[in-house]
Amino acid sequence: MIYFDNAATSWPKHPCVAEAMAYFLNNIGANPGRSGHRLAVESGRIVYNTREAVAELFNAPDPLRVVFGHNVTEALNLALQGLLRSGEHVITSSMEHNSMMRPLRSLEQKGIEVTVIQCSPEGFLDAEEVKKAIRSNTTMIALNHASNIVGTLLPIVEVGQIARDHDLLFLVDAAQSAGAYPIDVQQDCIDLLGFTGHKSLYGPMGTGGLIIGERVDVKKLKPIKTGGTGSESGAEKQPNFLPDMCESGTPNTVGLAGLCAAIQWVSEKGIDNIRTHEIALTQQLIDGLKDIPNVKVYGGLDANCQTATVSFNIIGMEPSEAGFRLDEEYEVLCRVGLHCTPVSHRTIGTYPVGTVRFGLGIFNTIDEVETALSAVRQLANGAKS
Amino acid sequence: MKNEYAVILVHSTSYALRIEKFFKNAGILCKLIPVPRHLSSDCGVCVRIAQSDSNAALETLETAQVEFDGIYNI
Repeated sequence: MIYFDNAATSWPKHPCVAEAMAYFLNNIGANPGRSGHRLAVESGRIVYNTREAVAELFNAPDPLRVVFGHNVTEALNLALQGLLRSGEHVITSSMEHNSMMRPLRSLEQKGIEVTVIQCSPEGFLDAEEVKKAIRSNTTMIALNHASNIVGTLLPIVEVGQIARDHDLLFLVDAAQSAGAYPIDVQQDCIDLLGFTGHKSLYGPMGTGGLIIGERVDVKKLKPIKTGGTGSESGAEKQPNFLPDMCESGTPNTVGLAGLCAAIQWVSEKGIDNIRTHEIALTQQLIDGLKDIPNVKVYGGLDANCQTATVSFNIIGMEPSEAGFRLDEEYEVLCRVGLHCTPVSHRTIGTYPVGTVRFGLGIFNTIDEVETALSAVRQLANGAKS
Repeated sequence: MKNEYAVILVHSTSYALRIEKFFKNAGILCKLIPVPRHLSSDCGVCVRIAQSDSNAALETLETAQVEFDGIYNI
């Protein structure tokens, strides 16, 4: 079996992740930040250590401004719903996942103006177009770092500088890039970084969060949920300090224990080494697919300009049929269809049919790519064109 | 010798754990304990240190720029 669905969630995970989670469940188990006994403190320490690990990985100066949630979707909702107000204008791209687009479209109903910058058919964004779209009421630029269908990297460094020059907040959705590509929130001028734990950070599902930079006025931030935090228990009013104000309810401590171990593992492995491995496999995959008659590959076709996610179609075969046959006949597991991003598929010209997506990861090998290529070759040979 | 302690009250457990890290690096012995009821109605933890370490603790907190609510002898 070949697992090529790492863009949906990475698998397998290094055994240290499950070990850390089992250790927490078997030996600690208490509620962090609530009671004051030794196990509760130890549990809180796991959550805090995970905040530090996240802060260190992305060079965020203050671990207390790392807010945990269930996933990057929750993080983006917090940033967008929590900071944008009626009458304000936000700029985004035509390569966004619905985790960005849907909150923005619902905010549009509440009087927030949204400009979607059209990207190229390869999925690239021209930073100058973002600059041109800035208006007097623009307060935020919200961008996907890497496309979840073609892996294309958006120019976050250039856009970050534009945001800083115009005193705008810069929100980056790092769902597809966190752990797979180096990100430095200070150098890249990122004010809000949404990340997920279960993709390129190789942690468990149900973990993720938002890094909130110093330029974000916490007084303006409205939590998307309120409730118990273990702090200021005598007050019925929500606390007004980070991270508690945005973390009501018992956190996914077992998940965070796994995420902490995963981040340590990723750091030890080195993001640069992971990237080198993934570039080699991605280019091998792109070049191999390009050579197959009847196959159309999407994106920039240069592994240096994208993550390890590649979309293609076999001419004359629906993506759903290709995906099913890859699984049934060749045991190649991938994702087909629209991948929760209709706007990206419109951009690359594959809406409403979608694509077949191979999402590679650190555990994939040259041999696996070769085997999968041979499977696609056989399917394409038999397809009616 | 009688142990004389001081406690540093903080917003939440996250702050206490952050302070614990800085104290550890600075060589200040500390322990996270439940907040004494007479100091606050909070149900969380605070950082207990020896009273003799109070000045060193305050200096460390200032350098680290970690917010705290107050320091009290207990």
